[in-house]
Amino acid sequence: MVLLPVAVQAAGAKVPLDNIDVDHTDKASLQRGMTTFVNYCMGCHSANYQRFERAATDLEIPVEMVEENLIFGNQKVGEQMTIAMSPADAGNWFGAPPPDLTLESRLRGDDWLYTYLRSFYKDDSRPWGVNNVVFKDVGMPNVLEGLQGVQSNHCTPEELLHQEKKIDPLTGKTMGGCLTLSKKGSQSAEEFDKTIYDLVNFMSYMGNPVMLESKRIGTNVLIFLAIFFVFAFALKKEYWRDIH
Amino acid sequence: MNQLLTGIWLTMSYTPTADGAFASIEYIMRDVEYGWLLRYMHSTGASAFFVVVYLHMFRGLLYGSYRKPRELVWIFGMAIYLALMAEAFMGYLLPWGQMSYWGAQVIVSLFSAVPVIGPELSEWIRGDYVISGITLNRFFSLHVVALPIVLLGLVVMHIIALHEVGSNNPDGIEIKDKKDENGIPLDGIPFHPYYSVKDIVGVVVFLFVFCMIIFFFPEMGGYFIEKPNFEPANPLKTPEHIAPVWYFTPFYAMLRAIPPIAGSQFPGVVVMGGAIAILFVLPWLDRSPVKSMRYKGWWSKIWLVIFAISFVILGYLGVVASSPGRTLVAQICTALYFAYFFLMPFYTRMEKTKPVPERVTG
Repeated sequence: MVLLPVAVQAAGAKVPLDNIDVDHTDKASLQRGMTTFVNYCMGCHSANYQRFERAATDLEIPVEMVEENLIFGNQKVGEQMTIAMSPADAGNWFGAPPPDLTLESRLRGDDWLYTYLRSFYKDDSRPWGVNNVVFKDVGMPNVLEGLQGVQSNHCTPEELLHQEKKIDPLTGKTMGGCLTLSKKGSQSAEEFDKTIYDLVNFMSYMGNPVMLESKRIGTNVLIFLAIFFVFAFALKKEYWRDIH
Repeated sequence: MNQLLTGIWLTMSYTPTADGAFASIEYIMRDVEYGWLLRYMHSTGASAFFVVVYLHMFRGLLYGSYRKPRELVWIFGMAIYLALMAEAFMGYLLPWGQMSYWGAQVIVSLFSAVPVIGPELSEWIRGDYVISGITLNRFFSLHVVALPIVLLGLVVMHIIALHEVGSNNPDGIEIKDKKDENGIPLDGIPFHPYYSVKDIVGVVVFLFVFCMIIFFFPEMGGYFIEKPNFEPANPLKTPEHIAPVWYFTPFYAMLRAIPPIAGSQFPGVVVMGGAIAILFVLPWLDRSPVKSMRYKGWWSKIWLVIFAISFVILGYLGVVASSPGRTLVAQICTALYFAYFFLMPFYTRMEKTKPVPERVTG
């Protein structure tokens, strides 16, 4: 019954993704990312497994500041970052309820998020007037259009999937590609990329909030094991000297 | 032991319901003190267990440890392997992510391919028409109570059976045949302190790799924890590509390689089951006068290499999506996998073996 669909590979073509390296030690970036997340994403998307207070502690934001500026509902700071929109309503409005974003970075990957959020383009055939290169016919409007501006596509759908982008070695600007800015937003292209970087950095933190602590403990454990190995090996050699 | 201990603590904070399971895992990962460590130890431990078991089994094939008088040791070992697969499969449903759900859906529906009683059988296993909270509850019960008891019992029997005949060695010589006046084997050395200190070294090396994965790459690139499992189970949304965890993929590749006959997937299921079942009769397929690969002829060596390579290739093919070319490769590898066993009585008897020394070599 279920076996046959398994063998069928999904038709979704792979789009080349822009690569980013997230940095959970960059607290300023994470703080800006959280601000963007709360202001722009949490209208529709929840982060049901992430607590405000945990984020405040990890990101080194004073709890009062979070309470005053980043909690818009009547939640307590110790509660999870939930939203008031009900999934049933959201399903009616968008076609599918906007997914919870706590673990989105681990589901999709940081590169995917970074590329996706910068790849909306004008498409009047879609309900929200925009389409996306990475996620074709997505139900989400380009919420960050005010910052980014409007991008237009001047390629065929086939070219769009395999567009080649080059980085100009002198200016560091992206050249080529299918999307061009047809209406300016409040941020320049570099500023907008930075905003998205911070946002994805925060989402990456939210997906895996223990990463820094895990690496810190892990380093100590590995150092201990390495030292222990020297002694264990020496002891084994000593005992086995008289065998054979 | 690691799996038992971390499992006990995880169970303290886990909720085995369709509504609560996924959220309770995230609760463990975020709100329970060191819950993330317990969970990663448990998830990585499952994969590590299979790595060790596969290496252990390969060593058995290499040195002929399944041969007379150790048939019973081998059979108990295979029973452990079987119980371990059931244990791992049921444990994998518990996080209630997309891959948990759909993986279980695929595996349980294998039983529905059995002629006549199939549909009722798979319903009986699930307790429902699809994988649901009912299935989750019974898998939880089996995973934390029933199968661990079975596993512990089998491990005890595996060790008792081993103590009866003693350990094998790379030469494949029975050291108990040559004893000194005190009845102590001339070629034997006491387990303690020799093997206890040697095993400590091995354990430290193992722990180093194990901890590196736990602390730095707990998902192991999507092989130990698959990416779709970061999304809660959704019965209405099939993931693009369902792949079992890596330790099941060789058998999964075989299943996919066998085309359905008369609209039934049953032949594939038979082949997959046969691939495991045939290991049980291995002690009686090997007709060689010698045990260890050291003294066997070229045919045995070549076939063992072919067998190992096709097993690894099948493992890879089970991870990736299928295509006509890959299916053909999987079919060839499946044929080679079985050829290793079916031809064993012939090539082991015909080939020229080297003489086995009376005593263990250096």
